[in-house]
Amino acid sequence: MALELDFEKPIIEIEKRIEDLKVISDAGHVDLTEEIALLSSKIEPLKKEIYNNLESWQVAKLARHIDRPSTLEYVKHICGDDFVEMHGDRLFGDDPAIVGGIGLIDGRSVMIIGHQKGCDTQTNIYRNFGMPHPEGYRKALRLMRFAEQFNMPVVTFIDTPGAFPGIGAEERGQSEAIAKNLAEMSALRVPIICFITGEGGSGGALALGVGDKVFMFEFSIYSVISAEGCAAILWNDPNKAKEAASALKFKSTDLLKAGIIDEILNEPLGGAHRDHKKAAEEIKKTILKYLPTLIAVSADNLIEERYNRFRRIGKFAGEEEQENG
Amino acid sequence: MGWFDKLRSKTAKSQEDQPKQEAPSQKTPDLWKKCPGCGETILTKDLVRNLFLCVKCDYHMRMPVWDRVALLSDDNSFVEFNQELKSADPLKFVDSKEYPQRIAEAIEKTDAFDAAMTGYVQIDGIKAILGVMNFEFMGGSMGSVVGEKLAEALERGASEKTPVVIVATSGGARMQEGIFSLMQMAKTSAAVKKLNAAKVPFISILTDPTTGGVSASFASLGDFNIAEPGALICFAGPRVIEQTIRQKLPEGFQKSKFLLEHGMLDCIVHRRTLKKQIAKILHILNNGR
Ligand SMILES: [Zn+2]
Repeated sequence: MALELDFEKPIIEIEKRIEDLKVISDAGHVDLTEEIALLSSKIEPLKKEIYNNLESWQVAKLARHIDRPSTLEYVKHICGDDFVEMHGDRLFGDDPAIVGGIGLIDGRSVMIIGHQKGCDTQTNIYRNFGMPHPEGYRKALRLMRFAEQFNMPVVTFIDTPGAFPGIGAEERGQSEAIAKNLAEMSALRVPIICFITGEGGSGGALALGVGDKVFMFEFSIYSVISAEGCAAILWNDPNKAKEAASALKFKSTDLLKAGIIDEILNEPLGGAHRDHKKAAEEIKKTILKYLPTLIAVSADNLIEERYNRFRRIGKFAGEEEQENG
Repeated sequence: MGWFDKLRSKTAKSQEDQPKQEAPSQKTPDLWKKCPGCGETILTKDLVRNLFLCVKCDYHMRMPVWDRVALLSDDNSFVEFNQELKSADPLKFVDSKEYPQRIAEAIEKTDAFDAAMTGYVQIDGIKAILGVMNFEFMGGSMGSVVGEKLAEALERGASEKTPVVIVATSGGARMQEGIFSLMQMAKTSAAVKKLNAAKVPFISILTDPTTGGVSASFASLGDFNIAEPGALICFAGPRVIEQTIRQKLPEGFQKSKFLLEHGMLDCIVHRRTLKKQIAKILHILNNGR
């Protein structure tokens, strides 16, 4: 069942007590309606209190939650039956860690591409825990070129621990596959909207992330390296992951402040894993809000602005600090 | 006048009395270096004379940035861009040290302001833009400054129709700059695309080591990808892979020859002939002019 995170314990305890009281109450021995109402009224403020004050490492746990909606689940909620999945890079194979296809969102055709994690051990092994091989990135690129050919906007969902570190991945050019996507996305002549839905793990995430608009779910993360990896290298101690997590500043609020993302999307109270449909609605709303404006921009202006968006990123000594934005 | 200034005047201005082999090297070189190939201990001054090739086994050892500039450019032709660009500390990053302190130490150690330098050069009389990464500066890691300098060099190449040569050597991302470091991958790759669109050649030289975020961005995107012999070139480092798949990696895995055999490189070129080979490619691409 649903994975419990340690900081969720107080909430889950109250929820259990309510359940217990309901059982007693339903058995008809005593009327506990008032007690139940009282406890229920405590849950929401408690959740707000907890979820508004999460530390970086706690957010990372939410971002990696096994019940967090995956790309195909978002697609199901957003496109319903109007989605056709496409497979293969036409070069080597089909990578189950990246999915994509054409779909309709409110009568608009779009290309949707995203990392795909599993929802349990078995499906996660099949999906390689959302860690793509080069053929995954090359499939994504093929689909983006398809989108360009048929003048369809591209929507990407980013949720990966990172590109897979393995022998086959190196043999087939993991570096080149990622690099090529970065270069090609920068000049793709259709709008690209990116959503970091869970884990934005380094270059393997960025390889779907060069867009005109980049949005991040409240409890997602986006980082140059995992907290564990960073702790192992810079602290020489993998147990310092909590320290590394806060030092890396990979929460959505950090990225908004850094000017890397456009907006933070609110998650259902307690996290996207608690209400998939509501989370999907948030994405759909955002796509429908920005798509008309992006479609109206000429392709030349679109890629120029996209280029500049990434070209500007960098911080240099002696620049005016732009704090408290 | 500090070493760096002397060096600059030596390289950038006329100093005909300098013998060519006496390429400027690092500030306080160790007297000896051990060859990672054969284990031989070699006098550093002999290495400098021998282009950092092992005098016994010809192993291509890592080459300091100014020696590399001297190797690839005609005498005194290097004119540096944006020399004093220095990184900020956008994350206020602290591990065992504060990031600004690490930068200060790296500047002190290398007499460079960050892990890349870029500028105009002549390569056997052909005008080009050269970028050289500096492994001695925080492992050649790519942060804002490296990304900015290389993107600017590539953009200049596009707008001035001047071919670009970049020598990569890097452990990957500058973790202390967090997301700003990651985004340099997109920035530099997009700049390569801009150069492509202008139909100006980009020659990427991959030297030991070229890994992680540098390998997975501009360095893999050359119109020509050239590696030095025996260089480690990879996305994920061998140790990370061994830990992930829990098996021993085959001999030569992720070395230049492996990459050539898997179709990732156009050629492997010995350091002694690297400049000639670059010049030859540029000469042919330019209709023999
Ligand atoms: Zn040797």
